[in-house]
Amino acid sequence: MGVKLLLEKANVPGIRTYDVYRREGGYVTAEKALKEMTMEAIVEEVKKSGLRGRGGAGFPAGMKWSFIAKPEGVPRHLVCNADESEPGTFKDRYLMEFLPHLLIEGLLISSYALGSNDTYIYIRGEYAWVASILEEAIIEATKNGFLGKNILGTGFDCMIHVHRGAGAYICGEETALIESLEGKRGNPRIKPPFPAIQGVWMRPTVVNNVETLAAIVPIIKMGGEAYAKIGVGRSTGTKLISACGNINKPGVYEIDMTISVEDFIYSDEYCGGIANGKKLKACIPGGSSVPILPANLLLKTAKGETRYMNYESLSDGGFATGSMMGSGGFIVLDEDQCIVKHTLTLARFYRHESCGQCSPCREGTGWMEKIIQKIELGKGEISDIDLLWDIQRKIEGNTICPLGDAAAWPVAAAIRHFRDEFEWHIQNRALSQTSNFGLQHYADPIHVPA
Amino acid sequence: MSLQFNNEQMTELKRLVARYPEGKQKSALLPVLHLAQDSFGGWLPTEAMDYVASLLSIEPIEVYEVATFYSMYNLKPVGKFVFEVCQTGPCMISGSDNIIAYIQKQLGILPGETTKDGLFTLKLVECLGACGYAPMMQVGKVYREHLTKEKVDAIIEEYRQQIIAQN
Ligand SMILES: Cc1cc2nc3c(=O)[nH]c(=O)nc-3n(C[C@H](O)[C@H](O)[C@H](O)COP(=O)(O)O)c2cc1C
Ligand code: SF4
Ligand code: FES
Repeated sequence: MGVKLLLEKANVPGIRTYDVYRREGGYVTAEKALKEMTMEAIVEEVKKSGLRGRGGAGFPAGMKWSFIAKPEGVPRHLVCNADESEPGTFKDRYLMEFLPHLLIEGLLISSYALGSNDTYIYIRGEYAWVASILEEAIIEATKNGFLGKNILGTGFDCMIHVHRGAGAYICGEETALIESLEGKRGNPRIKPPFPAIQGVWMRPTVVNNVETLAAIVPIIKMGGEAYAKIGVGRSTGTKLISACGNINKPGVYEIDMTISVEDFIYSDEYCGGIANGKKLKACIPGGSSVPILPANLLLKTAKGETRYMNYESLSDGGFATGSMMGSGGFIVLDEDQCIVKHTLTLARFYRHESCGQCSPCREGTGWMEKIIQKIELGKGEISDIDLLWDIQRKIEGNTICPLGDAAAWPVAAAIRHFRDEFEWHIQNRALSQTSNFGLQHYADPIHVPA
Repeated sequence: MSLQFNNEQMTELKRLVARYPEGKQKSALLPVLHLAQDSFGGWLPTEAMDYVASLLSIEPIEVYEVATFYSMYNLKPVGKFVFEVCQTGPCMISGSDNIIAYIQKQLGILPGETTKDGLFTLKLVECLGACGYAPMMQVGKVYREHLTKEKVDAIIEEYRQQIIAQN
């Protein structure tokens, strides 16, 4: 069993309630932070911890916090990003649903460190019942003096508000989220100015992911240095992975980042192996936006070394032969899955979610979907593959926000690693409508554990 | 104007607006549109959007541009129960195609349509953050997960009974 810092108590009956959470040692860390620590000391611990943002980009949390502007007389705000809409990702939901008070405690400590008296949780609209669980937890925490005015007699006031979105993946992007929180369309803003200078209502704002903010509790509890000792290199602490697709045990797992990808997939403690005795074909290890990898490159790097579940190892080889940790949405595809069809669903997703502000993203996502659909329906031409490659390349880096890149990468990676499967679809138009390419791709012996 | 919040809904409106700073009441627009949609039969006619605009002291156009942007707001009438079935990658590789085809057959409608009795609408949606519990759909405020044909039958029956019990 690996170290558990976030989900350790997830199975304690009643942990969702204040009473049980408190009995299990909850809010002790918040007491320590508010009564014994200065704001600066908390930021310092977070810096020492090496905690990297868990929302996808992996930006160091302590550094982000130290950027927040502190103009005289202007309120600052912490906003918790609970938009969680990246396909394959469902870890924040699990945290909020089962351990709402852990998030509230993390938000309280973080709000104190940043000087936010009104903190917002922006939660995707579809998680309506999760929003209710959070509201309930906020009422309990307020009744018990951990939210509201003059918390624990320290003079610090803090209220947490739950703001439900209404169905838009783009609102997970932090400036779109801020626009949405202001009651507007989720159109990302051009940066600079960065939210740390001018965010919601033009006030200094820090946006962090749910898991990032929950991790503040163990960091302050154990100290930044002790936290940094867990894991490896710049992948410190623990990470939640939401595993789905063709595996025996889909679910949310907390890992310390020293486990190999192979162990994560095949051990009974985690995914429990590929479902129905099938073989592993491919995997998107960090949410739909990161590059898909064929089994051989997933389990071993191009250099033939074991690949591990951490930021550095998952991205070893760059986009040519590696992928990314991303949001921790781990999507596993077995030998029966069609890469063309799977890529089509992702292309459709990004076309649907493009906010439409930039032409390369708005037009490009639509073209990519159409062309992949044509190939999937057995009407493609070989030249379509190059066309797809060309379009994705023209989107990448030419847009206001990273959604454009996020739409381009899955298509690029599918072609990079599974070009022969696209070609097969095009050359075997009738056959491709009734059967799958399967594992033929792996003419090389691929390492499939027993 | 015929569409109006009742007292309870008005109290909720005030609670929502109070979360944001003075003068930033427009920030309450998304939550208030949810409230309006829930209160006025599951969709947002122009009249409802104009009403929300007047409550928040903003221009109607500011409401229209938001209501048309977000996928959860229905701009046309929908059935009593809206089956929003996820069709994105992770659900697709876990068998959502079969479930979608089965729901179409059992309800006799295509995606985007509503049954003649006005009970069910079928919508295909993108990832709902339940990929590990696939195939799945959202119905109102709840998720129905690990769907099988048997489960779909039971769910349809459950909602039919719910309506019979109400009448
Ligand atoms: C298209 C897009 C969608 C995103 N969706 C999310 C999301 O659902 N949740 C999240 O925490 N971050 C999301 N992000 C990343 C945020 O912009 C931001 O980097 C993050 O909330 C920062 O928090 P962190 O540093 O704690 O990870 C998204 C980014 C983009 C470009
Ligand atoms: S890249 Fe796409 S989603 Fe991002 S701002 Fe441009 S059009 Fe909108
Ligand atoms: S892909 Fe269906 S819930 Fe995520």
